[in-house]
Amino acid sequence: MDPIKNKIQSTSKETRQDIIGKILSYSCIALIVIVVLSIFAFVASKGLATFIVNKASISDFLFGTNWNPIATDKAGNPLLGALPMITGSFGVTILAVIFAAPFAIGTALYMTEVASKKGEKLLQSVIELLVGIPSVVYGFIGLSVVVPFVRIHFGGSGYGILSGAFVLFVMVLPTVTSMTVDSLRAVPRYYKEASLALGATKWQTIYKVLLRSATSGILTAIIFGMARAFGEALAVQMVIGNAAIMPKGLLAPASTLTSVLTMGIGNTVMGTVGNNALWSLALMLLLMSLIFNIIVRFIGRKGRM
Amino acid sequence: MKKITKIATVIIAASAILVGCGKANSGSSSSSSSSASSKAVSGKITIVGSTALQPLVEKAAENFQTDNSKVSITVQGGGSGTGLSQVQAGAVTVGNSDIFAQQSDGIKASELEDNKVAVVGMAPVVNKNVGVTNLTMKQLRNIFTGKITNWKEVGGKDQSIVLINRAEGSGTRATFETNVMDGQTAAKSQEQDSNGTVQKMVSETPGAISYLAFSYITSDVQALSLDGVKPTDANVITNKWKIWSYEHMYTKGKPNAATKAFLDYMKSDKVQKSLVKELGYLSISKMKVQKDSDNKVTEIK
Repeated sequence: MDPIKNKIQSTSKETRQDIIGKILSYSCIALIVIVVLSIFAFVASKGLATFIVNKASISDFLFGTNWNPIATDKAGNPLLGALPMITGSFGVTILAVIFAAPFAIGTALYMTEVASKKGEKLLQSVIELLVGIPSVVYGFIGLSVVVPFVRIHFGGSGYGILSGAFVLFVMVLPTVTSMTVDSLRAVPRYYKEASLALGATKWQTIYKVLLRSATSGILTAIIFGMARAFGEALAVQMVIGNAAIMPKGLLAPASTLTSVLTMGIGNTVMGTVGNNALWSLALMLLLMSLIFNIIVRFIGRKGRM
Repeated sequence: MKKITKIATVIIAASAILVGCGKANSGSSSSSSSSASSKAVSGKITIVGSTALQPLVEKAAENFQTDNSKVSITVQGGGSGTGLSQVQAGAVTVGNSDIFAQQSDGIKASELEDNKVAVVGMAPVVNKNVGVTNLTMKQLRNIFTGKITNWKEVGGKDQSIVLINRAEGSGTRATFETNVMDGQTAAKSQEQDSNGTVQKMVSETPGAISYLAFSYITSDVQALSLDGVKPTDANVITNKWKIWSYEHMYTKGKPNAATKAFLDYMKSDKVQKSLVKELGYLSISKMKVQKDSDNKVTEIK
């Protein structure tokens, strides 16, 4: 055998490394894909059991207002109206984002356009600190500070959507801010330079050029903030009051999908109607986060055009 | 196309590995449980369920393991429902519950063996500023059904009542409802899951009323007397104070040697006379009455 031919035709050490690397990374990917798929399959199979096994109707679930999984109505169907929780979840989420967005955009503009390097670094670390605070701490602060504040200044018992929105406002602020900063930084430098060269003031440049070209990025940031707010359980549970009734206003006790879920799951028995109904709520949450993701993708694609 | 087949093979390979792991695990666990049934007290005990009972069992398990180094005990919370369903499914050795298995929907009580390890008393608590320290049972019921909505109707201040209930299906709520509500359903209201949060909320919210286990009642909240009877341990023992329940540790069928040894330890004087009292429960042995799963109370002779 010709040694050179042999060397060329046999697999070298480097090729083998390459193969091993490939196998390693592919199996990691496969594992993640399997985990995600099995979570979906598991939650879906449990969540759909409410409708298939327990024969609850989907429209009653989505639009009914009476949530009482351990009781049944006169016809023997379980009372599984999830509308109060759906309303509660959307209520706190949208309100929190409405509060947070102006602050986040303002802070982001300050950080990218106004602040010195030092000020920017300081703000950056403050925002990162906000991310690191555990949600139970937010919840406790909410319970001891926000709830009495709302009770004294707005009325009611203090527990309700407004308190939940205030707590979530602080929680989604860092997410929205840091993503807005990223999108503002991604605006090409020459846009700004061209605008300033045309004689536009700083404010005109920010308003007409920077914000306009970063719109899709900012919207993405807001949607991500919504996804975070929608999925938050513990902090909201502590301040919203957890009454599974249609919210009568921003100051009356309400509940969210997550708060009902975390409270009930340990107290129900696997396989019963009550437990399945909670899984249906979980399925709803999962679908909502999927929808948020799709919206983000959609905005991203539109923004690129 | 080639890529897709590659990815597919990788996925299959990975899942094969996963399945392999699963098999290996189940093999080892079955061998450990068989070794537990041998004559020496050794093995693994997994205990899951009621968070109200968790601190007592955790402490007892700690002490038990120092004496029996071959037994390893894991204690977890999760709630009474989880405890009952997991022990019924055979996933854990012992299921802790605040309520009788018979009272829980979806549980076949006949398959489970009940071990009562403690008694816990509960009392209605109100915010300190409502100006009420005693209610009749009927008044309390009417407050929780929403018929009475202002404290002045029961002799307190002109202040609207804020109901705070426990989570649906929680053991504390079940106990409260069977002993107070007399078959009526409570008005829909705020719900909270943990004793600690309820205590904080009642102490801070004007006009709030809820109920707590004795061990969580502090000077921050006002415990109510009912029909003139004070919520004390002495009154629970004689059933003069009616709102109390057992803490249960359920096993599926007969427990194995290690589990039996631990359950006996839970019922022994060592635990009953010190730990049980320290952590705010009452000892079973002190009780002068007993309750069955239909909430019927009979005297112990």
